[in-house]
Amino acid sequence: MRTIILKSASSYLLPVLLLFSVFILLRGHYLPGGGFVGGLVAAIAFVLDAFSNGLDKAKKILKFHPGFLMPVGLMIAFLSGISPMLLADLPMMTGIWAENPIPVIGAIGSPLFFDIGVYLVVIGSSLTIIFTISESV
Amino acid sequence: MTNDIIILPLVVHFFLSILLMFFWNKLNFQKIVSVVGNAVALGVAIWAFTFVYNNGTQIVESGDWPAPFGIVFVGDMLAVTLVLLTAIAGFAVSIFSTISVIKARLRFGYFSVFHFLLLGLNGAFLTGDIFNLYVWFEIIIISSFVLISIGGEKSQLEGAVKYFALNFFASMIFLTALGVLYGLVGTLNMADISLKIAEVKDTTLVEISAVLFLVGFGIKSAIFPLYFWLPASYHTPPSAVSAIFAGLLTKVGVYALIRIFTLIYGGDSFLTILLLTLAIMTIFSGGVGAIIQNNIKKVFMYFIICHIGFMIGGLALFTEVAMAGVIFYLIHDIIIKTNLFLISGLIYRIKGTTNMKKLGGLYANYPKLSLLMAIPLFSLIGIPPLSGFWPKISLILASFNAQEYWFFGALIFGSLITLIVIAKLWSEVFWKNQPEISFPEKFIYFNQLRFGQKFTFIFPIAFLTFVTLYIGFGAEHIQQLSQRIATELINNELYIDAVLKR
Repeated sequence: MRTIILKSASSYLLPVLLLFSVFILLRGHYLPGGGFVGGLVAAIAFVLDAFSNGLDKAKKILKFHPGFLMPVGLMIAFLSGISPMLLADLPMMTGIWAENPIPVIGAIGSPLFFDIGVYLVVIGSSLTIIFTISESV
Repeated sequence: MTNDIIILPLVVHFFLSILLMFFWNKLNFQKIVSVVGNAVALGVAIWAFTFVYNNGTQIVESGDWPAPFGIVFVGDMLAVTLVLLTAIAGFAVSIFSTISVIKARLRFGYFSVFHFLLLGLNGAFLTGDIFNLYVWFEIIIISSFVLISIGGEKSQLEGAVKYFALNFFASMIFLTALGVLYGLVGTLNMADISLKIAEVKDTTLVEISAVLFLVGFGIKSAIFPLYFWLPASYHTPPSAVSAIFAGLLTKVGVYALIRIFTLIYGGDSFLTILLLTLAIMTIFSGGVGAIIQNNIKKVFMYFIICHIGFMIGGLALFTEVAMAGVIFYLIHDIIIKTNLFLISGLIYRIKGTTNMKKLGGLYANYPKLSLLMAIPLFSLIGIPPLSGFWPKISLILASFNAQEYWFFGALIFGSLITLIVIAKLWSEVFWKNQPEISFPEKFIYFNQLRFGQKFTFIFPIAFLTFVTLYIGFGAEHIQQLSQRIATELINNELYIDAVLKR
């Protein structure tokens, strides 16, 4: 599927989709969205690139094996889950929030890091699955 | 922190499985982390157990949401006892896995998934929310599916497909039952359900949901008409995996049945008859199945089924004596079944086969090891001072008091058939002379291993045997513990009050 239209479109779409995925990740606090959907959008960005420029180039953009994102994301989510136990003497998974919201991002708290963890796990697992399948085809 | 102590076993296993994923290719490091981590988990489990033993039921409201709304983790005596047993079995199996499971299998994240399985088991024992229980069951299924199919041999995949299909079906039925129950009472917290189900007028629907739960958990715990997946799948993975499956996976189904039928559907007469009938049939079919098998692993698998019947029957009687027997049997059974499969793994390593017809002369060649293996085998039968004997007294007494003579007969039958089969196994494997067969050549036999490697085979078996001996000779303590758990289960207000803080 190496058509010129797809190729030139995907080179513009990759950064836009990645930005959009971060937007969805951050907006998930108050509106529909969040880590899971954001992760899927980011994964789609790389899959589209793999379609148009070939698997090897997409892997080069990523620089590391996508499977590595899974333990990283899980660890971030895990730490945010137990952070109330360690920091504030509250039961696990309780949301702890910083006092002052930060302009663009909004309120910062442990649920945001949980979401970032989910985001990374979704990117890692979906890209691992898709790359493995397309390698063996 | 002290309030959170009951969820620390979960935290430890979750942390370990993530940590092991970071070191995907460093197998030796993974082995060390897993064994040390399981030792830590064992320590944490002992800590949680003594804490609950001294201070009564502990609850953790995750997310700081109050009880009927959020997910609670409830550490009552039953839950922490099972967490402790999981930690003991997990510790033994992780040591056994280091050498006995081949590299080709370990390479695919064996230890990481193993810790996910232990995480799921601990979660299922500790949760106080019935939908959360479903989620932990899913974690158990997914990780056990990875463990059963890792390595990708043909027979293994065949077993894995059967295992997965039926367990997945069980989860679906469990989910349906959950839907019916939620429709009736509008809450998912088990303590809250227990209060509200008494007010439901439509008792037919309540019974339907109870039967659906029975079918769902019945498939998982392998009771009479629903056990066919177990003999088809448990012998295919390596012995270490079979051991953790045999010790804990079916018992988590039994645990769920105990929890549901004491807390939510206690003492319904229709269910009592149904459970008793199923228990008798389970004992009978498991026992008869064990007699005709020639493969050691398959014999032990039918024993799992047979002895599940003891526990289900005791649960059906629903008196304090019977429940104490069930809990004692559960404690004994988890340790002994794990140990039996480790033993079958050791025999496989010594002789290269687990077929009784080809085995023999084990006592002549390895007298000390044979005596070590004799203790769990005799405990399984229930030779008096050993562990299998004490719960059977309670169960037989309870069945006699309740005048359930069919179950009484089934208990005697189950014990007798266990005796016969173990006697046959002992004479075939240990006393008979080694028959003339050709041994596979490309196989690393036990006597070719180095001392440290031999140690990883013998230490877990000796450790679990020691625990079994303690259960047998320290029966007074275990009996006290079982009676305390039985009292807590029968008087479920204690559990409800602790969860809802009334």
